[in-house]
Amino acid sequence: MFELAPFALDRALKEPWLAAQLADLTSLHRERCPAYRRMLDGLGFDLRRAARVADFPFLPVRLFKEMELRSVPADAVFKTMTSSGTTGQTPSIIALDRETAGSQQKALVKIVADFIGPRRLPMLILDCPSVVKDRALFSARGAGILGFSIFGTERFYTLDDDMRLDVAGIREFLARHAGQPVLLFGFTFIVWKHFYRELARLEAPLDLSRGILVHGGGWKKLAGEAVTPREFKARFAEACGLARIHDYYGMVEQTGSIFMECERGHLHASVFSEVIPRRPFDFAPCAVGEPGILEAVSLLPRSYPGHCLLTEDEGRLLGEDDCPCGRKGKYFEVLGRLANAEIRGCSDTYAVRV
Amino acid sequence: MPSAFDNVRFLLGDAAALARLCAQPARPPFHEPWLRFLDDVAQRLLRDPRTAAHPDVATFAFWCRRASLEALRKPYGALPAPRLGRGVAFHVAPANVPVNFAYSLVAGMLAGNANVVRVPSKGFPQVERICAALREAEAAHPDMRDRLCLVQYGHEKAVTDALSAACDARVVWGGDDTIQSIRQSPLPPRAVEIAFADRYSFAVADADRYLEMDAARVAQDFYNDTYLTDQNACTSPQLVAWRGNAVAEAQARFWAALHARVVGRYALQAVQAVGKRAAACRLAAALEGRLAAAPDNLVTRIAVSRPIPELIDFKYHSGFFVECAVATWDEILPLCGSRCQTIACIGVAPGEIAQSLVPHAPRGVDRIVPVGRTLDFALVWDGHDLIRELSRAIEC
Repeated sequence: MFELAPFALDRALKEPWLAAQLADLTSLHRERCPAYRRMLDGLGFDLRRAARVADFPFLPVRLFKEMELRSVPADAVFKTMTSSGTTGQTPSIIALDRETAGSQQKALVKIVADFIGPRRLPMLILDCPSVVKDRALFSARGAGILGFSIFGTERFYTLDDDMRLDVAGIREFLARHAGQPVLLFGFTFIVWKHFYRELARLEAPLDLSRGILVHGGGWKKLAGEAVTPREFKARFAEACGLARIHDYYGMVEQTGSIFMECERGHLHASVFSEVIPRRPFDFAPCAVGEPGILEAVSLLPRSYPGHCLLTEDEGRLLGEDDCPCGRKGKYFEVLGRLANAEIRGCSDTYAVRV
Repeated sequence: MPSAFDNVRFLLGDAAALARLCAQPARPPFHEPWLRFLDDVAQRLLRDPRTAAHPDVATFAFWCRRASLEALRKPYGALPAPRLGRGVAFHVAPANVPVNFAYSLVAGMLAGNANVVRVPSKGFPQVERICAALREAEAAHPDMRDRLCLVQYGHEKAVTDALSAACDARVVWGGDDTIQSIRQSPLPPRAVEIAFADRYSFAVADADRYLEMDAARVAQDFYNDTYLTDQNACTSPQLVAWRGNAVAEAQARFWAALHARVVGRYALQAVQAVGKRAAACRLAAALEGRLAAAPDNLVTRIAVSRPIPELIDFKYHSGFFVECAVATWDEILPLCGSRCQTIACIGVAPGEIAQSLVPHAPRGVDRIVPVGRTLDFALVWDGHDLIRELSRAIEC
């Protein structure tokens, strides 16, 4: 699959190809992960009757926070990823072997290169260096930064460990790479809170008109600040001339096969991934335009059964194969987290603890 | 009283009334003027046309009518020694059940206490209706002044501290986590506490007799036992154990009838659908549960081979049911540990179930009731006799 152009397959090609890959992956995990096998049996899944991508069984992603689901022996685990625990939730624990970790890196390169070009660039990391220090236990933030670091020639951390912006350092970095494109990478809320806010206050603005910003991690933490994606872009353009901005949607449970935002503002599934919004009522796939629970499909996980995951995000398909940006495959938007249900009953619990 | 009450919203009474309330003498259980007051509250609610929109308010109103209170008094007719309320009862009501606070309050009154009740902060119309009726009735019964305070506040520990320090009895609803948090506030040495912990409840069904019953009626009763409280009340059945010859046929009819009852009445939210699927996967991975095929996510059924105690840890809500078949009723004993509260009976008499279980002396099981009656409030709840425990005997 790494030979394929990441956004070249249209529906007629991709659907049967992806279904065949999923059949293999599902069999592999069924064989190697006993808990996964019991789940498939419990759900009554019959591989012989799975014809379409949407027919394959999906696991709610929260299961990875509750149990270790692994399809390789413990001694084959090369590194363990955890989702960030910053919101006070239990982190997911994802076991990676060398093969899966390598596939994640390769897929990430193929996908991102389609948006920022094949050449590595001088890179400003919009975060602090300490977030990647503890290599033993990767957080989503640290893993994201290390994953994207391969796109950088020279890398500069723009925040110190007290999250203060090093403006002088950035100016010096930009002067050194004057006239060249510069890659900027960070997590959406950190980019906004610790980078944009400081930039906007500078008396002598920075010139980032040759910059390409890639950011991800979700808008949830910005909800209180009422920043829409559109405004996010407009404010950056105004503050520093930064016009090329790509959001991405991804999760630590499916590292590598991220969904990147194109020049038209649409998130795209690649040849490594698929997205299926599902109806809460019966989990049937939604029609284009109909909001549903996002299922994320990735062909990369081979060391844990995370190839079909039901997220807790709401989103909708915007179309397939016909995005004006020219990329084939499904494109979609994320509408936010699923609303927290207020559950009645005399035990004071909620469906999802905030 | 201290300024801890600055952030407290009083639905009935105020900080000054609260201070006076703490100095009031107690009364004997089933104190006649208080029964008249409660009957007045009931009549006001029943006269109010808005009550019709809230069956739970109507049920409460019926429950505290004169005739009903007299029936409740009967078992206490021959209390051996004179009794008096303990003084001040402080009730912490569950956040998510609108009318539970009112039952707890009435139990405290019937035992002879002045009462302070923390009611749910969410704007339930039911809470508003009942509070309004209490306010009106209080104005008409001067002897009830400074006997009741209804308060709303968040998680301010200072308020719980002050109310706990001032009370003689504390009644805590809301399950294990709430109990844990309320217990951070100390009680006076002689005060008592009744805490309602997380419990597990299930149903038993005789398949052959069920097939002779009105399926729609049973479905309505079972719906009220479960979906009305998102299946999250401690009384809500989590499992159905079937016995009989025609189990498969009975199951098919029962779940189809329940589904027909749920469609259009129950609004399943996306996060509940995801939660139920995760719960099904969890149960499949740990105990080899099998999800039954279903047209949609409204009714989620998981079959297991037999009732084992581990199932209690896999309980969920929002219409998530485990089921199994048994040959004899004593096979359900593994579910009857100390966490077990209510057994709902379908096509089998509660007495018959009791006969099968009691000789084995289960650690749990506080109630065995017909289907549809699991939410009926009683003065003996979770094994606690609220009248006796919220009052004291004077030996003579």
